[in-house]
Amino acid sequence: MKQILLATAAFGLSASMAFAAAHSVVRLGTEGAYPPYNFINDAGDVDGFERELGDELCKRAELTCEWVTNEWDSIIPNLVSGNYDAIIAGMSITDERDEVIDFTSNYTQPDPSSYLALDGAEPDYAAGVFAAQAGTIQASHIAASGATLVEFATPDETVAAVRNGEADAVLADKAYLLPIAEEASDLSIVGDDVLIGGGIGMGIRESDTELKDKFSAAIDAMKADGSLNALIEKWLPGSATF
Amino acid sequence: MPTRARGTAIFSFCTDPSTLSDAAWLGCYLTTGKHMALYWSFGTVLLLLAITAPTALAFGFGGAAAARSRFLPLRWFGQAYIAIVRGVPDIAFFLFFVIALDQAFEYIRHRIKCPDWDQPVRQGNDFVVCAEAKLPLGNAAQWIHETYGFFLAVLTFSIVFGAFAANVLYGAMRAVPHAQLETAEAYGMTPRQTFRRVLVPQMWVYALPGLSNLWMVLIKATPLLFLLGVEDIVYWARELGGSKTPRFTDYPHGDWRMWYFFALLVFYLCFTRVSEIVLERLMVKLTYGQATLGGESQRKAAA
Amino acid sequence: MSCWDTLADYGLRSIGIGERLLPRSDFTLCQQVVLIGSGMIWNIYFGLVALVSGFLLATAVALGKASGHRVIRKLSEWFIFVFRGSPLFIQFFFAYFGFQSLKSVSSVFDAFSAAWLGALIVLFLNTAAYSGEIFYGALRSVPKGDAEAADAYGLSGWSRFRRIIWPTMLRLAWPAYTNEAIFLFHATTLVYFSGFPAWQQRGDALYYANYFADKTFNPFVPYPILAGYFILLTLTVVSVFGLINRRLNRHLPQEQRLRMRFRPNLIR
Repeated sequence: MKQILLATAAFGLSASMAFAAAHSVVRLGTEGAYPPYNFINDAGDVDGFERELGDELCKRAELTCEWVTNEWDSIIPNLVSGNYDAIIAGMSITDERDEVIDFTSNYTQPDPSSYLALDGAEPDYAAGVFAAQAGTIQASHIAASGATLVEFATPDETVAAVRNGEADAVLADKAYLLPIAEEASDLSIVGDDVLIGGGIGMGIRESDTELKDKFSAAIDAMKADGSLNALIEKWLPGSATF
Repeated sequence: MPTRARGTAIFSFCTDPSTLSDAAWLGCYLTTGKHMALYWSFGTVLLLLAITAPTALAFGFGGAAAARSRFLPLRWFGQAYIAIVRGVPDIAFFLFFVIALDQAFEYIRHRIKCPDWDQPVRQGNDFVVCAEAKLPLGNAAQWIHETYGFFLAVLTFSIVFGAFAANVLYGAMRAVPHAQLETAEAYGMTPRQTFRRVLVPQMWVYALPGLSNLWMVLIKATPLLFLLGVEDIVYWARELGGSKTPRFTDYPHGDWRMWYFFALLVFYLCFTRVSEIVLERLMVKLTYGQATLGGESQRKAAA
Repeated sequence: MSCWDTLADYGLRSIGIGERLLPRSDFTLCQQVVLIGSGMIWNIYFGLVALVSGFLLATAVALGKASGHRVIRKLSEWFIFVFRGSPLFIQFFFAYFGFQSLKSVSSVFDAFSAAWLGALIVLFLNTAAYSGEIFYGALRSVPKGDAEAADAYGLSGWSRFRRIIWPTMLRLAWPAYTNEAIFLFHATTLVYFSGFPAWQQRGDALYYANYFADKTFNPFVPYPILAGYFILLTLTVVSVFGLINRRLNRHLPQEQRLRMRFRPNLIR
């Protein structure tokens, strides 16, 4: 697992001219389909933990930010291609991703993943059938474990697969599954939590160190004054704080 | 419980939907900002089709003309374009082509606008051009970004369907009776004149069945728009239809994707039907007075 | 690891033979070519089986649409309209949804929610509708003289259809049908992409291309590989159909055969 990057960002008071020119508006890319981290609210706007966090970070870093949504599948290629400047989409810090993009300081503790199954079900963790969103760390985890993996394009469909019996359980971030388990009468969290992936951080282009440092500094500042913890308690109850 | 940003509701009674009766609830539900986005996206799809169809036809015309050019490299180019793009499934094309297109544009602008840029454009995985070359510019408003994305989608669709249109038009050009072209030559027309005055006006009636088929295929390719970063009807139907827990919405519901997809199905069926009727009328008009079987039977029916 | 080893490990990965784990780091070009090629097995399976089985239904539907019986005609017309008028994407969604609900009715339907059967049925119905319309168009343009000649020879019923009408219909429809076959093979990429979930990381060529694009974060290698495979597949389809076309028209004089060859371009 990747050690958390605790950036000791020494960031100057005045940003360089080039930075100001390139980042007069910072575009934040998110998926918009992963509550409570990010989702589209009734009004059609991006909402959730990361919306509130991102707005606060931009305020602290004195940046003008704009929210855009992008398919999960192509969220990194579009970042490196320059279609937006940062990914803030519940993305765990992993070695593979870190080779391609840079991450800011993490803004959540490593979030455990957990299994959600029909009430009373006891899935066989070594040989059962498990649903996961394609391209997530959970999908890789199940594939490596030897159990049968069923992949779906959206997190929504993974839960639907458990409901209709296609899969014994779904493996996903606990913070995503918890509200579903609380609201649904027929589903509950089962088994032990699984620790995969590091904390969640913002993904930034490797060539964009100045922006990374700015966001890291803002995240560290929020950690220090407790405002990040307040946000975590509000949106991700049950998750570890800093 | 987190507070939610509430959209401005259309109806004043929508402030607390949990207390409403079924009909009022549905009325409020169907007029949320998110649903408005869905309704708008129907317009987006129609607009895309309206712009793509003539553009693809233009690409097709260029491709077909190139494929029968007497200049060898141009002919190769035209034939390769038709063969390669037709050979590849459109999804595969959409998945990488838009990014490539965007990068190509930015690279060209970069070379023109920032000649004294000393850093490489490819830095590891990153594609970095100077700020002035960004498309759209970094500080542009969101609607400009969306319009640019829409433009890229139109261009990609046009290139793909242009290849199919080129194939149809290429065939139609060859279907024009050879005697017509020979007559033109006998009148002393240059090849260019023959092409413009004889071949092109006559080829449309041969091309129309193929082109209308292509139009139907184009309509049914629009669900792939979300791959091109355009928030289309399928994107919103999926987003709205997925089950919602009361924590994150005022309108919790189960998995309603079936209803939303059913609405899309009705939309596509109606659209197809309307297109069929219009194209049929157009065909009748085009065959009028033509020396084909269809034109002949029209004449007989009138007599 | 040499490329031969990779081929041995992953050549049949898409049908569950070979290495269980997909490559997870240090992706080589060879791995991408082999795995995406392995996925092509599914594209070919779906395309081929749907094409052959759809051919029979298409003939029936075309005859149904041309039939004098009102109910049969209406049924055929609606079948063609619904499947031609809606995107495949939505058809897959409803099929998966429907087969899921049938599963709770009886365990007979268990296999239907798996791609190999469920998606195949959708593709089968879809291509039957498209080809049915093509065949119907051809059926209408069978020259009157052919039918009259059959009558003159005293042929009727099945033998009249089998020996006179059907071969002529095929001849007329063949160019357009070739295009339909190409489109069908292209459509097979939608199976795992939007319709049915992939089990045990066994998927089609697009699934693996997607996997590599996702792991390497570079779409510019796997998708062009996929495109290359499909160009080869399309060329194969075109040449096989061309051979059949030659056989269908072998009795025609040379000049007319040439005329037939122009037709492919007329329709799509």
